[in-house]
Amino acid sequence: MSAIGAVFSHCREAKRAAFIPYLTGGDPDLETSAELLEALAAGGADIIEVGVPFSDPIADGPINQRAAVRALEAGATLPGILEMIARIRARVDTPMVLFSYFNPLLAHGLQTVAEQAAISGVDGILCVDLPPDEDDGGFRDFCRSAGVDSIYLLAPTSTPERVKLVAAASSGFVYYVSRTGVTGVQKDLSRELQREVKKIRRRIDLPLAVGFGISSPEQVAAVGKVADGVVVGSALVRVVEENRGRSDLPELLAAEVERLAAPLLRSRRR
Amino acid sequence: MRKKSDQRAGYFGPYGGRFVPETLMAPLGELARTYDQVSRQRKFQRRLKDLLRDYAGRPTPLYFADRLSSTLGGVRIFLKREDLLHTGAHKINNAIGQALLAEHMGKGRIIAETGAGQHGVATATAAALLGQSCTVYMGEEDMRRQRLNVDRMRLLGAEVVQVDAGSRTLKDAINEALRDWVTNVRTTHYVLGSVLGPDPYPRMVRDFQRVIGQETRRQLRKQTGQDWPHLAVACVGGGSNSIGLFSAFLEEPRTRLIGVEAGGIGEELGEHAARFRGGRTGVLHGTRTMVLQDRHGQIATTHSVSAGLDYPAIGPEHALLHEQGRVEYTAVTDAEAVEAFHLLAATEGILPALESAHAIAEAVKHACHLSSKKVVVINLSGRGDKDVESVLEYDANKSGSKRDEAKASRHPAETWKNVVWGGDR
Ligand SMILES: Cc1ncc(COP(=O)(O)O)c(C=O)c1O
Repeated sequence: MSAIGAVFSHCREAKRAAFIPYLTGGDPDLETSAELLEALAAGGADIIEVGVPFSDPIADGPINQRAAVRALEAGATLPGILEMIARIRARVDTPMVLFSYFNPLLAHGLQTVAEQAAISGVDGILCVDLPPDEDDGGFRDFCRSAGVDSIYLLAPTSTPERVKLVAAASSGFVYYVSRTGVTGVQKDLSRELQREVKKIRRRIDLPLAVGFGISSPEQVAAVGKVADGVVVGSALVRVVEENRGRSDLPELLAAEVERLAAPLLRSRRR
Repeated sequence: MRKKSDQRAGYFGPYGGRFVPETLMAPLGELARTYDQVSRQRKFQRRLKDLLRDYAGRPTPLYFADRLSSTLGGVRIFLKREDLLHTGAHKINNAIGQALLAEHMGKGRIIAETGAGQHGVATATAAALLGQSCTVYMGEEDMRRQRLNVDRMRLLGAEVVQVDAGSRTLKDAINEALRDWVTNVRTTHYVLGSVLGPDPYPRMVRDFQRVIGQETRRQLRKQTGQDWPHLAVACVGGGSNSIGLFSAFLEEPRTRLIGVEAGGIGEELGEHAARFRGGRTGVLHGTRTMVLQDRHGQIATTHSVSAGLDYPAIGPEHALLHEQGRVEYTAVTDAEAVEAFHLLAATEGILPALESAHAIAEAVKHACHLSSKKVVVINLSGRGDKDVESVLEYDANKSGSKRDEAKASRHPAETWKNVVWGGDR
């Protein structure tokens, strides 16, 4: 079983959902970013998602767009981010998932990316604009050979056939996008979300993590009741944005992770 | 040749595809199915044809540009007058087609991106015509340099949203339109303005623009007795006006086809939008194609005096046509395009769009090498009203240097004569 699979089975035994925070790699710079990823682990992350900044992030809202701009202006690259992950691997054993757009992966060569990611200690790769239908370059196979999980997305618009296709292509877990829309924070989750998640969970064997727009402990609690994992991104990226430059940013961030993840530790599922 | 390469649905050889977030996968599938179905229906085709004729003004003339031809040494140059269409560019062919499709799908809201503003104006127009609500995304830089079109869109009832991200041009407008579409896909149709983006857009937009080439063929037969030109030239932004013209002659080996990209102000990344000079295979906005990018796969910024050509990727079908060698792709600089703008104004009394001026500049380079019996077709994709300010600004900035002053003092056509007869090439 992969490290990611082990986390989910551990959480299942503990009758709770996994907490999966996201940050953009290299934001505000690579050195600080390394400290921030460690802070996520210290705060209680079960799995960490690391974004690869891209110049044209069509699936991201303003908060993550600005993070990508900061990271790119500070010189972040895919090799730089992998190096950073390799460096903190000595101290952090929380599984890590790369969250990328396809073009930066293509530019470095799909086989090279899969192999270098594995060497750096990356456990899974999620490519937001590479649906399994288009994976003719064999990226999935390269990842499998390297021992890296391939995570694909489902969305409220996915048809039953696509649910099947995505589940068959994925390993580690499947990522359900909570709404039609881009990443960001939102006040209210859609009313159908819980029902949708339950429905999809019945159809697939892999764990199902839910993300996009989840930004408060109440929302984490609500999603945690029905999903195997809860992803929080923009809400944490915003903490980085608003407090960058402060020397206690890692502590602030760890505290925020603790606050957001707390409901999962408290409310055990039946 | 073409049939075989279209083998994989949505692909042109290795180019094309649907590289989009999952949220858009099912809607794109539905759009493709609906398009395939509806485009075969007589009723839909008749409605489209009627609107293109009675509302948009098709067929557009194929005009023999006599004075331009003799200025350039006698080769017979014909202009396909897409600039005479309602709203002033070929973009309306596609906008009406897609707005009708949106109506058929029961989507009352349409959105679009725009660079030069012509596609935005065309979409706003089609929306008003069909009673749809319309939002257009436009980069801040383009809103500044194509201000006339911003005002036109607003007067037509469209909401124009300024995009301040990235290079503040067409690429960033498409990003924002895609974000809107991901969010509102259930109620909204995205009217993409060129042969770009995920399948079915590249083939759908091409099909709506085919009418340019079909008419040209008929008109050539009537006007010259021969239904093909020796040379056809068109500018290539995303590639819709060019593919519209070229598609009628791809199987005609005697026709040389040239697509003209924006050469901007230099050869360095960031100074031009010539994807076949310095671009690599990549994925942008849902399609695999030639993309200007750095070695880490970050999309490069581009430059062109012409907002409609200022984009880092090219339609996937063009990537294949380039690979097959069927179409040649060249680049024309800002300076050459502006000079061609003046040339057409002076010789024919036509102000071309700066996009189209790139095609004219390229044709000029070939004219002196062709005998006077040869037929050249230039796609005059749009009119230049929107570019009047840009050209005046360009000329004002340029008239600093002595060399340029000397040039400016001559009649623009004279300048071209010297370039051409001087055996510059
Ligand atoms: C007049 C005109 N010509 C050409 C273009 C370039 O687009 P395409 O290559 O799709 O024809 C534009 C785009 O804005 C335009 O307005």
